[in-house]
Amino acid sequence: MTLSDTFNKDTQIVAFNLGTNLFGVDILTVQEIIKVLSITRVPKVGRSIEGVINLRGNVIPIFNLHKRFGITPTEDNNDHRIIVFYFDDIRAGIIVDAVAEVLKIDQDQIEDAGNIYNGIESDFIKGVGKVDDRLMLLLDFRKLFGLT
Amino acid sequence: MNMDMSQYLDVFIEEGKEHLLILSKGLLELEKDPRNLSSINEIFRSAHTLKGMSATMGFNNMAELTHHMEDVLTRLKDGVMIADGMVIDVLLDCLDRLQMITESIQEGQSNGVSGTDLIEKLEYLISGDQPEHPTIISEESGQDYNQEQKASGELVNIEMPFKLNEYDMTIIKEVHAKNLNAYYIAIDIAKDCLMKSVRVFMVFKALEADGEIIKTYPLAEDLDEGKFEKEFHIILVNGLDGDTILQRINNISEVEVKTIKPISGPSWSYSSPPIIQEKNGAMINQTDEVIKTHKVKQTVRVDIEKLDILLNLVGELVINKGRLEQIGSTQKHNDLNEVVEQIERITNDLQNIVMKVRMVPIENVFNRFPRMIRDLAKDEGKDIEFIIEGKETELDRTVIDEIGDPLVHLLRNAVDHGIEEAHVRKAAGKPLTGTVRLIARYQGNNVFIEVIDDGGGFDVESIKNTAIDKGILTAQSVNELSTDEILQLVFRPGFSTAKNITDVSGRGVGLDVVKSKIESLNGEIHVQTKPGEGTTFRIRLPLTLAILQALLVQVGTDTYAIPLFSVDETTMITENEIKMIHSQEVIVLRGTVLPLVRARSLLEVPPSDYASDTMYVVVVRKGEKQVGMVVDSMLGQQEVVIKSLGKLMDGISGFAGATILGDGGVSLILDVGTLI
Repeated sequence: MTLSDTFNKDTQIVAFNLGTNLFGVDILTVQEIIKVLSITRVPKVGRSIEGVINLRGNVIPIFNLHKRFGITPTEDNNDHRIIVFYFDDIRAGIIVDAVAEVLKIDQDQIEDAGNIYNGIESDFIKGVGKVDDRLMLLLDFRKLFGLT
Repeated sequence: MNMDMSQYLDVFIEEGKEHLLILSKGLLELEKDPRNLSSINEIFRSAHTLKGMSATMGFNNMAELTHHMEDVLTRLKDGVMIADGMVIDVLLDCLDRLQMITESIQEGQSNGVSGTDLIEKLEYLISGDQPEHPTIISEESGQDYNQEQKASGELVNIEMPFKLNEYDMTIIKEVHAKNLNAYYIAIDIAKDCLMKSVRVFMVFKALEADGEIIKTYPLAEDLDEGKFEKEFHIILVNGLDGDTILQRINNISEVEVKTIKPISGPSWSYSSPPIIQEKNGAMINQTDEVIKTHKVKQTVRVDIEKLDILLNLVGELVINKGRLEQIGSTQKHNDLNEVVEQIERITNDLQNIVMKVRMVPIENVFNRFPRMIRDLAKDEGKDIEFIIEGKETELDRTVIDEIGDPLVHLLRNAVDHGIEEAHVRKAAGKPLTGTVRLIARYQGNNVFIEVIDDGGGFDVESIKNTAIDKGILTAQSVNELSTDEILQLVFRPGFSTAKNITDVSGRGVGLDVVKSKIESLNGEIHVQTKPGEGTTFRIRLPLTLAILQALLVQVGTDTYAIPLFSVDETTMITENEIKMIHSQEVIVLRGTVLPLVRARSLLEVPPSDYASDTMYVVVVRKGEKQVGMVVDSMLGQQEVVIKSLGKLMDGISGFAGATILGDGGVSLILDVGTLI
């Protein structure tokens, strides 16, 4: 699969922070961004699921990528948000330290992940976007949620 | 098929299936009692209706087959033929074929399945007997209206609820000039008729084949939409005589000609006279009775998806009602509390009615079993009496859809392996006829379905040996298990291919599948057996899959819901009542030793300094076993709406789902069966 399959010209990206790292996801997979609600712990599911929340009557699992990637969350939790994804009839959320911005990214601003980044499980990385001077990891949620 | 027909196709299939069920039931009754005239009549009526329906819809294969069935049935009715085994077999074959035809029609192939071979068989049945007058009925009824023939028929004399205008009169005059007839016909439709417009359509279809309807009352549009009481009137112009018209219309079920009179030009007239009723009084009473038992209720067919949405909305309402209650109890505002109480009442009613809307009698599933058992028993040369109880018990539609296959499995097993061969039964001093019972009943918020046979029962020793052979258990551990626990091993997946044992061979076929199906419906299955006396499979199913009664408990900081059907009782104990047996905590509850589990460790609650001398124990049932679950505190009983945890958390055992509490928080529903 080439990058052009996954990111068209001028893909809109929601950028967010986990710790000091910048991540990005395709805006088309994002349903909404909400403040952190009270999360009900689910025993016996492993560390990466933080628990479930009630989003207007729907029970939605919340993933904790900090734990998954070994990133320490920021101290100040005023900016903490939950990004709720909706794709393939699946709803799920992740906790992020802050939602940075929504930006357009051009295909030639994206590079293959394997070449540059091999720290965290690079399977989940679709590519690396260069925005200004910063690098942004573009996440593949289907793989992250174990759907493929 | 033209467009006009296709809109009636659903009704045709629905009704067709109903009649097929009546046929199947009637034939089985007839087999038991070959001279049962009321069954024959019932079968005849259904076959006749099917014939009429299918002919109207243009399904000739079905019409032909039912027509020939009717010939045989007429002979049975007249006592010319006896419903012996061969006749019943052929008729049942015909029934199967009709079912196939219906299915193929449903799939859109109108004339795909042929019934020619069966028609030959039916003809053979007839030719083997003395030839009779196949037209007895029509002759008889013909006489009836011949007697009623009157030479009146002056146009003025006809009582009509409407007036003919000049235009109509001109047409009628023209008609007479051409030597055709014009009739005024008043037609009655059965008052419980489901789709009046369909009947009207069928009447029109039957008459317009070689005639013309020049006027209707009410207007044709209103008739099309069913906007009329039970009666409608038409003026028909054609070349047929009154008998033919009468017969054609009366061939359509739920429709009856009330009056038929020629308009000027006297020939004959007929009005349904009381004479027929007197003459065939007994017969007609019987018809009334049958109609009563098969009374079609006024129904609306709704997409199940809409009901699901409705149920979800009601669920939301229940959650918010809970919230309101909570606010009401803290505010202590009288007016508010009054309103809250009202809303609670209304929500409860609403919830009940929505639940009921989704309920379907289990009859829909049970009805196909008598035939299956009969065929199986016949194949195996066993004599089996099949008893169904409680078929009016209602269950959620989703459960009904799923429960059929597991029951087929259990019933097959009962006939196949449960009931012994006749000589074995004789040797054991049992009645030669084996009995298989299928019972459904309510108990609290559950429905229990039992499949009981009076056969040989499971051989516990064989199960033990198989378990050891298969490596499921060691010889040592087998001896530690109770008989009951060993019996439940038959639901293990590994048991299904048990070939090497003789007595229980095959009895495990697919039982693991049965079990997992029932568990997926939030139900349980349990087996009991007495050697030589029989086996009972007992299935417990929740009435609904959407809302359940739960006990809310607190463990650490979290609130959990335990379904009330798995809670036997609750009790309070102190630390020093706990005893240790083999490093297992137990308490003695009314003389019985009850093993304990700590919810805190089960649910991975981080240890805290929480310490209290008194503890709450929820006694839960896992299968037939009781376990005491120690929780921090009990919050009370509540109705909770089950929410799925979603695809991403599918594989998690121990939880049946989640629910949203009155305060908006999420609480997990424990699945005792897989948690402990």
